[in-house]
Amino acid sequence: MSEVAIKVSNLKKRFEKIQAVNDISFQVKKGEFFGFLGPNGAGKTTTIRILTGILKPNSGDVNVTDINVLKQPSKAKEKMGIVPEISNVYMDMSAWDNLMFMGKMYALPKEQRIERATKLLKRFELYGRRNDLAKKFSKGMKKRLLICMALLNRPEILFLDEPTSGLDVESQRIIRQIIRKYNEDGITVFLTTHNLEEANRLCDRVAIINNGKILEIDTPETLKLKSKKIQSIDVKFDKVVELNALKSELSIKSAKKVGDLFRLYTNDQHTLFCKLVDYVREQDLRLLSVKMLVPSLEDVFVQVIKKQKMGAK
Amino acid sequence: MDRGILVKDFMQQIKRALAIAKKDIQNYYKRGPVIIFGFLTPLFLLMSFLIGRELEPSMLIPSLFGMTVFFSATSIGPAVFPWETRTKTLERVLSTPITLWAILLGDVFASFTFGIVFSIVPLIVGIVLNVSILHPLILIIVIVIGSFCFSSLSVLLSVPPTDQPHQIMMLSSLIRFPLLFISGVFVPLSQLSDFSRFVSYISPLTYFTDISRWITTGVSFLPVWVDVLVLCLFCVALLGLAIILHGKTIQKRL
Ligand SMILES: Nc1ncnc2c1ncn2[C@@H]1O[C@H](COP(=O)(O)OP(=O)(O)O)[C@@H](O)[C@H]1O
Ligand SMILES: [Mg+2]
Repeated sequence: MSEVAIKVSNLKKRFEKIQAVNDISFQVKKGEFFGFLGPNGAGKTTTIRILTGILKPNSGDVNVTDINVLKQPSKAKEKMGIVPEISNVYMDMSAWDNLMFMGKMYALPKEQRIERATKLLKRFELYGRRNDLAKKFSKGMKKRLLICMALLNRPEILFLDEPTSGLDVESQRIIRQIIRKYNEDGITVFLTTHNLEEANRLCDRVAIINNGKILEIDTPETLKLKSKKIQSIDVKFDKVVELNALKSELSIKSAKKVGDLFRLYTNDQHTLFCKLVDYVREQDLRLLSVKMLVPSLEDVFVQVIKKQKMGAK
Repeated sequence: MDRGILVKDFMQQIKRALAIAKKDIQNYYKRGPVIIFGFLTPLFLLMSFLIGRELEPSMLIPSLFGMTVFFSATSIGPAVFPWETRTKTLERVLSTPITLWAILLGDVFASFTFGIVFSIVPLIVGIVLNVSILHPLILIIVIVIGSFCFSSLSVLLSVPPTDQPHQIMMLSSLIRFPLLFISGVFVPLSQLSDFSRFVSYISPLTYFTDISRWITTGVSFLPVWVDVLVLCLFCVALLGLAIILHGKTIQKRL
């Protein structure tokens, strides 16, 4: 058995005028929690639909656990659990019937359907409401039910397309916690999100995608370190200081005022800090606050996307 | 590949199709208004038929059979695909190991059940009017084949990849009513002009009604075995066409 859960090569997908996915390649390892991060319209949903065998690409290849998705979609789907972005449960069926229906789609024997559905509903805190029609459920409960439906076949890989977006905080918490638990138990997770905090907290590795292209792909920590440029120091002085004077004294290229403090950008926080101390002594200023900022994933994200835009121009 | 595996795969898909049918019935057919309408439609048709005419019950019942099975089996079927495209439950189903043909077959099964259930109405009317059923076994067989055939047509009607059920229902009416008029339902084939009869041969309902007349009167225009054979061919052709064409449009539904 190979250690690769998902292998994507040179995938392309075009809708009339839009190149939704533009030649992407990547691999996801078994047991990995992989994040697909990008703004709206980046191509996340299109990619996930291709990986799960629902949508046909124009070119390229996809393997999931050694099965070629394009050639054997049904067989590949048996190994996957899928939570589509805007998919829905059947409103006029109870939570229980929705799960039983799903169990039949995966050709599970009756005892297994019942046993697994019971466990899942309990775990997702829906068991008490199992006989209610799905249309009576809140958005968060419906999403939880959808995740139960995706887990019914004990998938090796779980695909989630923006599972927490637009949900109440409580549902978000339950969903994140349980997905992480499943990942710890060995399920490979492929998650798309535009929520950076979520990607940062959950994912072992993230790919940043925009306009159908993967711009960066690495662990969140490495990505942050890579973009040294946008390390910064926030300072606040007791007296009024002019921004341009400050920039030339400290010989830094980029700085801005954020409220009543200055944000000084650098690729070497240590040296800048030493200079800052000298400067304060010379000018007889007092430092009211100093904060060394490491870039957040958000900073990395914004920077990477910006760079692509500049490149395009 | 191993034949055993192929057979097992096939049987699994059939089971999935049955689950789809059950789901369809639960969500779209088992509703008060749908069922009431299903019962009332043939009765209305019956009344509109009787007004101002003297008809032998044995001539009336075959027409009622044809219309009822045709209308019930094509009533809800066309709306299922656009509706599920719209609610995105289609994407949910497509992400499981079921194949497209099994989904379509499941939709046909549901529609088929509906057609069978409401064939009871003309049967009851026939019994009340004391019409003799000369060939009960053939009657059952023809209801089964006819209902399957019209259900396949209903699934074929939902091919255009829209997510607006009312558009498909409009298209469906545009096709169902003309079919009804050309099918020798109101006037037996023997009394049609050559041209009308020629046109009537393109409609599966023609053969269904012809057999029904034979069942109550013992006389049919075409040999009964020809009627049955053509109906069977229509089943295969309509379902096959539905599978091929849906295969071409399904990607546009995502
Ligand atoms: N079925 C479709 N037909 C035409 N364009 C589409 C279709 N699906 C997606 N797109 C376009 O492809 C691009 C990527 O969309 P999508 O994959 O949904 O992005 P994301 O999920 O990252 O928000 C968008 O510009 C979108 O408008
Ligand atoms: Mg999306």
